[in-house]
Amino acid sequence: MDQHVTASAREHGAHTVDVRHAHAVDVHEHAHPELGFWRKYVFSQDHKVIGIQYAITGLLFLLFGFGLMMVMRWQLAYPGKPIPLIGNWLGQDRAPMGIMLPEFYNQLGAMHGTIMVFLGVVPLAVGGFGNFVMPLQIGAPDMAFPKINMTSYWVYFLGGVTMLVSFFQRGGAAQSGWTSYPPLADIAPGQTLWLVGMVFLITSSLLGSINFIVTIVQLRAKGLSYMRLPFFVWAQFVTSFLLLLAFPPLEAAGVLQLMDRLAGTSFFLPSGLVVSGKVLPVAGQGNPLMWQHLFWFLAHPEVYVLILPAMGIVSEIIANNTRKPLWGYKALVYSVVFLGFMSFIVWAHHMFMTGMGTTMSAFFQTTTMIISIPSVVILTALLLSLWGASIRFNGPMMFALAFLPMFAIGGLTGLPLGLAPPDIHLHDTYYVIGHFHYVVAPGTIFALFAGVYYWFPKATGRRMNELLAHLHFWGSFVCINLVFFPMFIEGLAGMNRRMYDGGAQYAHNAGVVHWNVVQGYASWGLGLFQIFFIINFFMSMRRGAPVGRNPWDATTLEWSAPSPPGHGNFEAEPVVYRGPYEYSVPGAQKDFTPQFEPEDGKRR
Amino acid sequence: MNIPYVVDERPDSGLTNGKLGVWLFLASEVMLFGALFSTYIILRTGAVDWPHGELNVWLGMANTFILIGSSVTMVMAWASLKMHDFGKHRLYLTLTFVLAAVFLVNKYFEYSDHLSRGEGPWHSTFLAIYYTLTGLHGLHIIGGMIVMAYLLGPGAALYKKNPDQFTNRVENTGLYWHFVDLVWIFLFPVLYLL
Amino acid sequence: MHSADDVKKSVRKYLTVGALLFMFTAITVAANQVHLAIPAAITVALIIATIKGSMVASVFMHLSAEKRWIYGALILTLVGFIVLMSVPGLTVMDSIGTPIQVPAAAEHAKH
Repeated sequence: MDQHVTASAREHGAHTVDVRHAHAVDVHEHAHPELGFWRKYVFSQDHKVIGIQYAITGLLFLLFGFGLMMVMRWQLAYPGKPIPLIGNWLGQDRAPMGIMLPEFYNQLGAMHGTIMVFLGVVPLAVGGFGNFVMPLQIGAPDMAFPKINMTSYWVYFLGGVTMLVSFFQRGGAAQSGWTSYPPLADIAPGQTLWLVGMVFLITSSLLGSINFIVTIVQLRAKGLSYMRLPFFVWAQFVTSFLLLLAFPPLEAAGVLQLMDRLAGTSFFLPSGLVVSGKVLPVAGQGNPLMWQHLFWFLAHPEVYVLILPAMGIVSEIIANNTRKPLWGYKALVYSVVFLGFMSFIVWAHHMFMTGMGTTMSAFFQTTTMIISIPSVVILTALLLSLWGASIRFNGPMMFALAFLPMFAIGGLTGLPLGLAPPDIHLHDTYYVIGHFHYVVAPGTIFALFAGVYYWFPKATGRRMNELLAHLHFWGSFVCINLVFFPMFIEGLAGMNRRMYDGGAQYAHNAGVVHWNVVQGYASWGLGLFQIFFIINFFMSMRRGAPVGRNPWDATTLEWSAPSPPGHGNFEAEPVVYRGPYEYSVPGAQKDFTPQFEPEDGKRR
Repeated sequence: MNIPYVVDERPDSGLTNGKLGVWLFLASEVMLFGALFSTYIILRTGAVDWPHGELNVWLGMANTFILIGSSVTMVMAWASLKMHDFGKHRLYLTLTFVLAAVFLVNKYFEYSDHLSRGEGPWHSTFLAIYYTLTGLHGLHIIGGMIVMAYLLGPGAALYKKNPDQFTNRVENTGLYWHFVDLVWIFLFPVLYLL
Repeated sequence: MHSADDVKKSVRKYLTVGALLFMFTAITVAANQVHLAIPAAITVALIIATIKGSMVASVFMHLSAEKRWIYGALILTLVGFIVLMSVPGLTVMDSIGTPIQVPAAAEHAKH
């Protein structure tokens, strides 16, 4: 609050203020009594505070989910050996004498996936970056529905708590994979709280997506037409439509599975199912495949929810650090819209092995191949943006640059999975795990780190430390490739996923099982390198070098607000005069011409 | 801080924030109920036998009339506000609330009738999808009633301060309510008649 | 948007549509008393329901007078809905479970 008053006082000294703008500032300064601690920092309706809440909660969940994986990696590298350090604290029903039980391994696996996707990446990418950056980039004073925004965060928080609590119930947390396939998920322990948690998370997501769409349609600043929007906003826009329309079927499916577990229905239970030697006393005539269809109807668009904000972030950072406009802005926009649309008709490529006939499989293979086109267009446009550029290799740019080849590997390895014949060999192997982790981990998560380094100055008024950023980057880059690349080798050899001994029991894995040890150490090394990021994050909040409004010499609207922006974001109503990436305009004085600067350079 | 287009429409979209928001919400609801209808189709086409005549068609038909009636009173509640007749508005909104309550009472009788014979959701997949669909629909009715109670109660104070904003809220509530009616228009024949 | 006068004229429309909806409901129940074959019964019921639904949407929800953005969102939803409705068909279609004759395998099986 104080910073805002100071900044505007400084600004107003410099030029005459239009009466209209003065009025806006006037109303602004007098309309709100000082809020108490709880209303300002906890139950805030300010999109910036909510964005930071989402971001920090998301980062904490990412760390926790990562921790779960580090424990799994021990079991995979040294199956049956007592877990060091924490083995004795896990308790008899998880790891008697420190040796992980298969049930616990399954819990770790299911919850690692659930937490990373639903509690980590999406809240950070959409809830965090979307909430904080998007209103600033479109020149809005806040989101269209601030109260709903606040509600969506707290419902997410509740969902997260539910998921964490599920570890402590009898039988443990969900252990049927993040995919929760019935009939197993209908009868296995831990699933009920998972389903309740998912209902909370889906509700939060729906509230958020409505807010994002209405904000982008209704609250764009004067002069900000759709084709002048930063690509980051387009990415969030399409993502919101995906969340809006794809999540409800999973909510329905979740309710149905809850009914199966709690009300004795058999939506997903076939007749005559035998469990532990006894026929299950249910009405039967249910269809387990139906869960898969409803689940993947969401979960496929969900993977685009995971990648689109990342592409948006990377685009902003690349444009800024190449000092050139992005190549093919129109191609990028049309591609991302087409991608969003196509994402609804490819889901059954996750189900090629369920016994589907050739017609259906042909349809989904075709749509899957078609959807790879806009992804390639986007990646190519970003790559071409580097051509002839004056690249600044700062912290955010390192991560953004690495995103490109990492996403390329992830995308390319998806192709044999999207075609049914090779998928016969690769389905449910480590190849799949390698594929999707390349897209999400060195792909999306690197982009998210890039975004943190890039927008941290806007949120805090201070820079993060460059040396620590580079250490974080190089260590993570090397380790993350050592974790995930061997998975392709293991997968091609036929090593199954979700095996608690890392595949050691099968002879066909003998030649590749040693990679588990390499991956183990690489993952623990990866964990250690995140310490540089954590230290940098907290240290820079207090002791980072202070910055002004536009430390990166960027062109988009958020850099015209103070760092950090005050209540209402902009002192005067923002006006946009040109596109979002006018860098190195021929004849211009500076190598960047911001969107918000009038033609003749004079402030109005 | 003033968020624009709460009451006035934005020129290029022609919409207020709330109206766009409600329609988007309804879009997501179409997908939610759609998934359940889809489930109904899968279960029915995969079933060896499908029960008929287990539900009380007359009660269902009565409820259909009740809900359609409540949709009429709901739109009249909004129309009265547009014609600046606050009293009529309150009458119609109250009527809508009462009709919704009657609907729920009928459903209570239906459910308890079945449950007294041990015919819960566990009894057959038909009843499972019946309870799920009508149960979710019922929850939406309750949600609508809560909003109506707010508009009749503490929310009505907004009419004095900002009649246009209040009218918009009633309109948006109406949009939601008509959707709830629309779902029932499909639920009734699918579950009770076919 | 809607002015007070426009709304006054619409009141008759609302009441008329309400009456029509009642009528169609009665027709649906009556049609059900005629025992058609299941496919025909489903078709008739869905057609009547669609007519009723369209009236609610276009008149009560003013959809006929609405803006591009609303239509756009709804068309998108409609497409998504159609895809969702095709899920059941996809689940069971295309010869799942019926054995396919492969000549070489058939030969081999003979030995």
